[in-house]
Amino acid sequence: MSQVSEYLPLLPEIIVVIGALVLLLVGVFNEERGAKMVWGLTMLVIAAAVGFLIKDWGTNTILFNGSFIIDDYARLLKIMVLLGGLVTLYMSITYLSETGIFKSEYSVLILFSLLGMMMMISAGDLIALYLGLEVQSLALYVVASFRRDSVRSSESGLKYFVLGSLSSGMLLYGCSMIYGFTGTIYFNEIATASLVAGAPSLGLIIGLVFLLAGLAFKISAVPFHMWTPDVYEGAPTAVTAFFAACPKIAAMGLLIRVIYSAFPELIDQWQQIIVFIAIASMILGAFGAIGQTNIKRLMAYSSISHMGFALVGLAAGNREGIEGALIYLMIYLVMTVGTFALILSMRRNEEMVENIDDLKGLSQTNLTAAFMLGVLMFSLAGIPPLAGFFAKFYVFMAAVKANLFPLAVIGILSSVVGAFYYLRIIKIMFFDEAKEEFTQMPSQLKLVLGASGLFVLFYVVYPNPIIEVARVAARALLPTI
Amino acid sequence: MQEGLTIGLSHYLSVAAILFTLGVLGIFLNRKNVIIILMSIELMLLAVNINLVAFSSFLNNLQGQVFALMVLTVAAGEAAIGLAIVVTYFRNRGSIAVEDINMMKG
Repeated sequence: MSQVSEYLPLLPEIIVVIGALVLLLVGVFNEERGAKMVWGLTMLVIAAAVGFLIKDWGTNTILFNGSFIIDDYARLLKIMVLLGGLVTLYMSITYLSETGIFKSEYSVLILFSLLGMMMMISAGDLIALYLGLEVQSLALYVVASFRRDSVRSSESGLKYFVLGSLSSGMLLYGCSMIYGFTGTIYFNEIATASLVAGAPSLGLIIGLVFLLAGLAFKISAVPFHMWTPDVYEGAPTAVTAFFAACPKIAAMGLLIRVIYSAFPELIDQWQQIIVFIAIASMILGAFGAIGQTNIKRLMAYSSISHMGFALVGLAAGNREGIEGALIYLMIYLVMTVGTFALILSMRRNEEMVENIDDLKGLSQTNLTAAFMLGVLMFSLAGIPPLAGFFAKFYVFMAAVKANLFPLAVIGILSSVVGAFYYLRIIKIMFFDEAKEEFTQMPSQLKLVLGASGLFVLFYVVYPNPIIEVARVAARALLPTI
Repeated sequence: MQEGLTIGLSHYLSVAAILFTLGVLGIFLNRKNVIIILMSIELMLLAVNINLVAFSSFLNNLQGQVFALMVLTVAAGEAAIGLAIVVTYFRNRGSIAVEDINMMKG
């Protein structure tokens, strides 16, 4: 007989599940004030889950015969994902109410997708992996097409759905091959099974390739990136902010976990693949963004190249690499959320504008916002001494340590190319003739933009806490290497 | 056992692989109707189920069958959400032809 107290480490997930179900009812029974109430309560639920995650820091639990792993690695990623969800939800209220889609379902769907991400991050077998991924994706398909009266929004939802299901199918085919050729679905048993077999069987490698293809789609790495610009452009901006922040981090966390806990023996096979998709993503992200005029599309290409940089850390195949990738994800999260705070405030005459040209002369109308966005752009470009530079520095150091010199060199070159379009935004903001002023920026957007700008500026002064949590998390994932 | 065809694991795997490929091709080659894409997705998931059940019976291990049940459940949810999105799209655009899904380039 198992004790109830054994399942206490599951408390954050339980809070999120029950919270989502109860809030769904609350929203249905309060038609008029429901949306705002559910919005507030959802943030409370997320904050409570984060609180319990922090409280349990440092403990290790494996539940359900190895299907659910709760260690510091999972906890760090869950905290990142939940905080990202909390902040993007907090930012989205003005946008949602002014576009007329502020409904209680929105917050609940975000909560369900966060639940899926938490399941993905903790997955210890192929079934848990697949179910977590689907819980997340199904909620995301719906929020992408949440603006029901807009062609663009429903088109982006449709594209995301079709390509997302295709990738789930590939991932699933990979899972079935892996199961068939190792005889187990548990990550640790897959690792031992492939160790015993000597040379890995062809079926296992085919399975691994399909699995990586499915996950590469979820982090929008090249060659599975084609959905990203369209979905980012078409989805409501508040949803785009969420897409850029949370699902990427969760999928990256899952990818790192699967590769290191199920396929440590197949490093020769997966390293080639990861190196290839990292290089392709960095290059395509850098060159694809150059011709863009829509800032949401630009951010889509920017996120493709950032995922490429994070994959560099993964490709290194050592603990420094994982640490670097985790630090990269944390800094990426802050930078993206800050940038989207400004994009969400781009309103003129009761309408959202989203062209890069609309930022012309922002420094003359709103110097603080222009300065903060400038800092974030410099940081995204990776210019020292801002946080974005250190993020790149850690992953490239890990790649050099693993003797992947071509990877590091191509990464640095593509980040130079990428600097071009970030700097173009700064030029437009500071040196072009001013356009009409934006509508007054809501206070929550000011808060988020200010906080992320200051984080990026002052990261260099006191980086230790971030490095330290990344180190603890990486050690939890890879105790031996 | 009679001389002739015995159906073994490789036959099941071949059928599943053919069905899976048909599903993928159905998504990419089809230029007509979004509903056909939904059917192709379903075909892919069912191909995976054949794989899982075949492996499960071959390995004498139940995990694959449990996995197949989970996949069936998720496939139902996925079809529901897919159809709902197709309906909202049709309301806005008045068409569900694949070549009309082109408001945004890409």
